[in-house]
Amino acid sequence: MDASQHLDLIYIILAAAVATFATRVGGYVLITQLKHIPPRLEAALNAVPAAVLTTLVAPAFVYGGLDVAAAMVLAFAVGLRFSTLRMLLAGWVVVMAIRYAFL
Amino acid sequence: MNNGDFREGLRQGFPVIVAASPFGALFGALAVDNGFSIADAVFMSATVYAGASQMVGIELFGNNVQPWLIVLSIFAVNFRHVLYSASIARHIRHYTPLQKFFAFFLLIDPQYAESERRAERGLPVTFSWYLGFALIIYFLWLVTTAIGAVFGQMVGDPQAIGLDVLLPIYFLGLVLGFRKRDRFLPVVATSAVASVAAIHFVGSPWHVSIGALAGVVLAACFPSERAETEGEPVEQGN
Repeated sequence: MDASQHLDLIYIILAAAVATFATRVGGYVLITQLKHIPPRLEAALNAVPAAVLTTLVAPAFVYGGLDVAAAMVLAFAVGLRFSTLRMLLAGWVVVMAIRYAFL
Repeated sequence: MNNGDFREGLRQGFPVIVAASPFGALFGALAVDNGFSIADAVFMSATVYAGASQMVGIELFGNNVQPWLIVLSIFAVNFRHVLYSASIARHIRHYTPLQKFFAFFLLIDPQYAESERRAERGLPVTFSWYLGFALIIYFLWLVTTAIGAVFGQMVGDPQAIGLDVLLPIYFLGLVLGFRKRDRFLPVVATSAVASVAAIHFVGSPWHVSIGALAGVVLAACFPSERAETEGEPVEQGN
């Protein structure tokens, strides 16, 4: 990364910090103004995190290779009952086993 | 400042950072893997201070996604904090403006959840308690980020030690954390199909916004009746 790219990164991080702070103070500001959130807006807002995060999961599953896909399937099963930490452990064990035991 | 409350906050914050420290280290390691220096990684942890969105940010940065889209994605992942700050308002109304500034800057998921629990037990959410709880987590979040970044710089190829699989699984875990929400399955299915199709037909940076927009629009088209009568659900997760 050269100096101008690095400066870009610093600006990105600072903008992200401001955007994050805006979300953390925004609700307080809004709640004193808005009495009722329209149902459609609320449904859209509720869907935002799952929708954004899914776009980071699905392509890795489809294009990440069979070892990654297998690890994600098992991690998914683990995640239905257990914590994220155990999902990570299970997925990591699967991917390492495939890479080192079977190849 | 009330020393007793401050120390109680420190004590209650400790288990939270124990649970979160692997993610701090993971963030540090993956940040370095995506082109960050150790100082960059710690700088991001110190200023953004929102684990999941930091992961999203480095992933997109590593993929050369346009800067505005990186910031917008971080904003989108952190949007749930709007609900937190709206709901915590009644407990911290007595803070001074400066105290509110710090309270909102430090308003992460466990901070919100513990504050609500404390209020529910009838205890005042004093600024001393709030700051004690927040500071130990904040400080150790920076330390674990640095440790992970140093470790990540020593590791050459992330695939060799299976680091590459951790991020998608971590995000999968976050997605699962929202599974009790209305329209969860249709939203996830729509965003999954749309993002994969967008990678195929449009190209890499755009699959995030296209995929996310597809799921959000679907949800807006089918608002549930429940949303009108009940309050906003608050999810766990980081």
